[in-house]
Amino acid sequence: MIELQHLTKRFATKAGTLVALQDISLTIQDGDIFGIIGMSGAGKSTLVRCINMLEKPDEGSVIVNGRKMETLDARGLREARREIAMIFQQFNLLMQRNCLKNVCFPMELAGVPKDKAEARARELLELVGLPDKAESYPAQLSGGQKQRVAIARALATDPKVLLCDEATSALDPNTTHAILQLIQNINKELGITVVIITHQMSVVEQVCQNVAILDAGKVVEQGSVAEIFSNPKTPAARRLVFPAGAPQGELPAGHRLVRVAFNGTQTTDKPLVASLAIECGALVSIVAADTRIVNGQTLGSMLLALPDNADEAEKAIAYIRTYPGLTYEEVQA
Amino acid sequence: MEFLFASDEWQVLLDNLPNLPFATWESFYATAISTILAMVVGLPLGVLLVAGEKDGVLPLPGWLMTLLNAVINLLRSVPFLILMIAVLPLSMVVLGTSIGTPASIIPLFIASFPFVSRLVETSLREVDGGVIEAAQSMGATPLQIIIKVMIPESLPSLIANATIAMTTILGYSAMAGIIGGGGLGQIAINYGYYRYKYLIMVVATVLLVIMVQIFQSIGTWLAVRCDKRLRK
Ligand SMILES: Nc1ncnc2c1ncn2[C@@H]1O[C@H](COP(=O)(O)OP(=O)(O)OP(=O)(O)O)[C@@H](O)[C@H]1O
Ligand SMILES: [Mg+2]
Repeated sequence: MIELQHLTKRFATKAGTLVALQDISLTIQDGDIFGIIGMSGAGKSTLVRCINMLEKPDEGSVIVNGRKMETLDARGLREARREIAMIFQQFNLLMQRNCLKNVCFPMELAGVPKDKAEARARELLELVGLPDKAESYPAQLSGGQKQRVAIARALATDPKVLLCDEATSALDPNTTHAILQLIQNINKELGITVVIITHQMSVVEQVCQNVAILDAGKVVEQGSVAEIFSNPKTPAARRLVFPAGAPQGELPAGHRLVRVAFNGTQTTDKPLVASLAIECGALVSIVAADTRIVNGQTLGSMLLALPDNADEAEKAIAYIRTYPGLTYEEVQA
Repeated sequence: MEFLFASDEWQVLLDNLPNLPFATWESFYATAISTILAMVVGLPLGVLLVAGEKDGVLPLPGWLMTLLNAVINLLRSVPFLILMIAVLPLSMVVLGTSIGTPASIIPLFIASFPFVSRLVETSLREVDGGVIEAAQSMGATPLQIIIKVMIPESLPSLIANATIAMTTILGYSAMAGIIGGGGLGQIAINYGYYRYKYLIMVVATVLLVIMVQIFQSIGTWLAVRCDKRLRK
């Protein structure tokens, strides 16, 4: 379990003190895939770097598997870090070592005998799908392949936690998908707790169970992915969940607008807009829609323009209110 | 170019021809040994210059870093000619003589290790901070980071810079000929400068140029060969 308690981190800059993290409290359960999402500069990297003390928090506590990280001495910290592996956006492989030696590297640091380390490294390269690249150098690999080697390297010391800082941000969508799938498999098969830092909602959607939304150094929302996605409450969360958002400037004037958010429990064989038309005779038009299927459930939101007729509009609202699996709110044009 | 047609020029060259191989050897070994000594001292110093910084892997007290930088800058700013004369007494104490090729190694070393420290520093700074951070995240000790990450990752650059150091030291060693340091430099100065025999001076200089070319070619070849960042 990873517990962050009242974490605060400040940076001294020329312009004054910059509060990168402010009173962050989070709990990440064992075996979870936990997403931390936020806009650029929100403090995501700083947060994840506090977990393994690459960044020392100014206040608060980081407890990983019962170890209070900020109280450890240099030696204790090195030992704790062997259980907390990390992968990076820029892969950070050793360019002068071949893949096998890269995967051996953390074992070398820990004093594992060479032949044992190499045997294990070959197993891990097999696990990440690159058994034939053992003798290749990182410069000879594609980005996706480099990240696979980095994942194999991260797994070499049998960590309990895998921290991923924008691990797929340098990759194309297909490769991103494949790497996330690999991370998901590792989580399932090895039971490793995964923390994924990203600014892409699609990444959280694909693999995360729980998510925290970071905005300007604060956690503004946290909960299960389905919960947050279906009903983002804060402006920061809405910006992330509905990047397209409601096109405020172009809203058709003179209509009542309703935003409906699906929370993933409705039956998909009963489409809302069609039902509105058939069952209560209200013809609504879709102004904006951003829905997606996550873990087999429909999530997201739609912006609907209600009929001009006031009675029909009221009827539509009454219908929407009783419709299962969604929340709604009226939006001012 | 009249000197090419003067018979005494050719006579001096012929007389000295048997000395040239040995002089070449003297120049080579003074350079090689000085370079090795300068690397032995300059490499750790260069490592300290990078690792000892405030946000380095092995932060050292600020005053120590300031002192280290000041001493290196001071030694680097003394012209070699003056340094050479200044350390004559030291050569007397250490080797019992201040002339000859072994004696020239002392000023060569003192003049070049600060230079080598800076070259090493430059090479080590090229190592990507992300890679060092990755090693830290795996629980590497500062020493492990230096030995297993910083130095191997910058090896091609270190070799290229060692080559620059060696060719520069070869140039200095020729200057050491002024104080009787032996080698091709001494032949060039003794005949060319003191006795106006230009032909032999030109020949000695050409030999030095050829040595620089050879060092540089071997160095470049090694640096490229060991660099795994290049796709092959
Ligand atoms: N070492 C540092 N010194 C000073 N300021 C820093 C330092 N590291 C980060 N910051 C500042 O802290 C804030 C958060 O940075 P951080 O790198 O955590 O953001 P991020 O959410 O990871 O952004 P991105 O998505 O762009 O990677 C930024 O304003 C950044 O400028
Ligand atoms: Mg970041």
